[in-house]
Amino acid sequence: MAHSGPMTDWRKAKLPVIAFLAPATIIYTLFMIYPLLDSIRLSFYATPSGGEAAFVGLDNYRTILADPDWSATFWNSFWNNMKFFAVHMLIQNPIGIALAGILSLPQLRFRNTYRTMMIMPTMLSVVIVGFIWQLILSPVWGVGADLLDIVGLKSLFGPWLGKEGSALITLSFISVWQWVGIPLMLIYAALLAIPDDLVDAAIVDGATHFEVFIHIKLPLVLPTVAMVSILTFVGNFNAFDLIYAVKGALAGPNFSTDIMGTLFYRTFFGYQLQLGDPHLGATVASLMFLIILAGVLFYLFAIQRRLARYQL
Amino acid sequence: MSNKVLAKGLAGALAASVALVPLMASAGELVIESWRNDDIDIWNEKIIPAFNEVHPDIKVSFKPTPPTEYNASVNAKLAGGTAGDLITCRPFDASLELYKQGNLAALDDLKGMDNFSDVAKSAWQTDDGAVTFCLPMASVIHGFIYNKEAFEEVGVEVPKTREEFYAALDKIKEDGSYIPMAMGTADQWEAATMGFQNIGPNYWNGEAGRKALIDGSAKFTDAAYVDTFKELASWKNYLPDGYEAISYPDAQNLFSLGRAAVYPAGSWDISLFNNQADFEFGAFPPPAAAGADTCYISDHTDIALGLNADSKNAAEAKLFLEWMTGSEFAELYSNALPGFFSLSNHTVEVTDPVASEFVSWRQKCESTIRNSYQILSRGTPNLENDLWNLSAQVINGTLTPEEAAGAAEAGLAKWYAPHQ
Repeated sequence: MAHSGPMTDWRKAKLPVIAFLAPATIIYTLFMIYPLLDSIRLSFYATPSGGEAAFVGLDNYRTILADPDWSATFWNSFWNNMKFFAVHMLIQNPIGIALAGILSLPQLRFRNTYRTMMIMPTMLSVVIVGFIWQLILSPVWGVGADLLDIVGLKSLFGPWLGKEGSALITLSFISVWQWVGIPLMLIYAALLAIPDDLVDAAIVDGATHFEVFIHIKLPLVLPTVAMVSILTFVGNFNAFDLIYAVKGALAGPNFSTDIMGTLFYRTFFGYQLQLGDPHLGATVASLMFLIILAGVLFYLFAIQRRLARYQL
Repeated sequence: MSNKVLAKGLAGALAASVALVPLMASAGELVIESWRNDDIDIWNEKIIPAFNEVHPDIKVSFKPTPPTEYNASVNAKLAGGTAGDLITCRPFDASLELYKQGNLAALDDLKGMDNFSDVAKSAWQTDDGAVTFCLPMASVIHGFIYNKEAFEEVGVEVPKTREEFYAALDKIKEDGSYIPMAMGTADQWEAATMGFQNIGPNYWNGEAGRKALIDGSAKFTDAAYVDTFKELASWKNYLPDGYEAISYPDAQNLFSLGRAAVYPAGSWDISLFNNQADFEFGAFPPPAAAGADTCYISDHTDIALGLNADSKNAAEAKLFLEWMTGSEFAELYSNALPGFFSLSNHTVEVTDPVASEFVSWRQKCESTIRNSYQILSRGTPNLENDLWNLSAQVINGTLTPEEAAGAAEAGLAKWYAPHQ
């Protein structure tokens, strides 16, 4: 067959290619790349009280990373963020994979009903989710204690959202409850793409559904699982809304629920009597960007390239 | 991801263009910027008509922004030259910064400014007290609101001393039908504002102690502050179960549903309880130790009105401010908003019984303001934020009173020279 198609005449194709790329490129540059670069530029300046902004080089970064108070706050929020991410990776994604596996079983009834119910919390506003869970877990009005009472475990109930040791974990679980629908849908879609004859062949060879899932389906959807993981990482390190809705920007008790998003908000916009500092705030934002960038690069070079892909 | 950001950007642009429309008010019309969106009816139906009876030719419009957005939006509008003529002032540094940047005009030569005491003006003056840049409007007073029926049922009297107060709380706890005290630590600020700043002035002798902290002659590690934290630590015996996760609205509801006997209050809570509680309630000031000859209350300067330095209607705006210094405004404002008390020296007849009880303490006790507000919350770490965190932790029992006092002092010593 002779060479033909769009690759042959690049000069003719140039205009449509540019025309199709332009809207996305322009909008992305205007609303993503420019603000990002400008925010990084902002972090190299400082404004003394009543004065003009002046270039201070890396001073703001030195303050955040070397000043004992700032660095303690920053690393506290970083580690809290890591815990927040760890809970999502260890609870949300395995549950999402397991639910997707169950949903894709051929003999399951009411499949669409389950699927809708599981994705439902994702569509709720974070403020509503925070409010509902605060009410459920409230020691005064909550149904949490009564529900535990039914199964005889009332003694286990505590003001989880108010205790230093449990507040962050509780909030992570609430977030997992809300977002578990996303990995579920992505992995479910990948599972549906697996041809039935692979599964049928394995069943004929005497494999159980569980074995089929572990040895055939899971390896085939591993690229999707990896993508879900990186989306979880980026989402978690950008997280802010749930913590702010439930605990406020001071992320109590004793900053045990402070993550980088809330730290950034406090620094940039100020809080109560603390006046906002756009330059230090931009520094925190730039550090968040670098952390997320490092995570994504690690994923791209260390994980994605080693993933085995199969042509189905 | 990028779709979401794009949507946000477009929504932002749209919101900005919509927001710009009402700003183009006609010349000669006074625009008041405020965060008190709850009060819009009171301004439109009572205050502005009352002003127009005296000055019928000056049009005034009240344009509030939600409280959480107010500071950011008013700063942006002032910088862009689109702000209203009269700017509602937050106390201390937020407004001081506006004055320093030349956004607020000095008001010292305003007629009627001498109707306000120095304490009233202190929140809107330069550090040396030389220039006043906002006209004080109202303060809020701290104390305890109590359920009269609960007190009768259990058989306790309104406490006059600290000892009586805790004896009463013990008795209510023993009786068991009421939660002795409705408060939680989930939002942190109640612990500091209704706790620490409420009972503290009796320990640090009000203004004397507050000024001593500023000039460095007193430290948070002094007995007065440690003892305040100690009293606060004892509150956990009287709070409802799971108070660590009880938020401010939870506590308000516990009290207004009649389930609690005492509520550590700010006077602004009065109107909510007037609307929601179907039992009689009263108030008492934070009880001082037995034998103390003076009592102290937190009578916190909260809200004022300043003049935009670039206002095109400065003469009319000044007329409005002058009118606000008079007794008519004081009376109108204090009665329209029970719990917000005019800061002027006029004698104001407050008709709400609980609000009038609160304001009567000004006669028998010494007034002071929250000690973290002037100068001391200027650095990092921020003292006010520290006090929220530390007070909540003291009540939660995760810090001892001594540790909390030490942490507050260490935070201050980091950046404030008189404490180094």
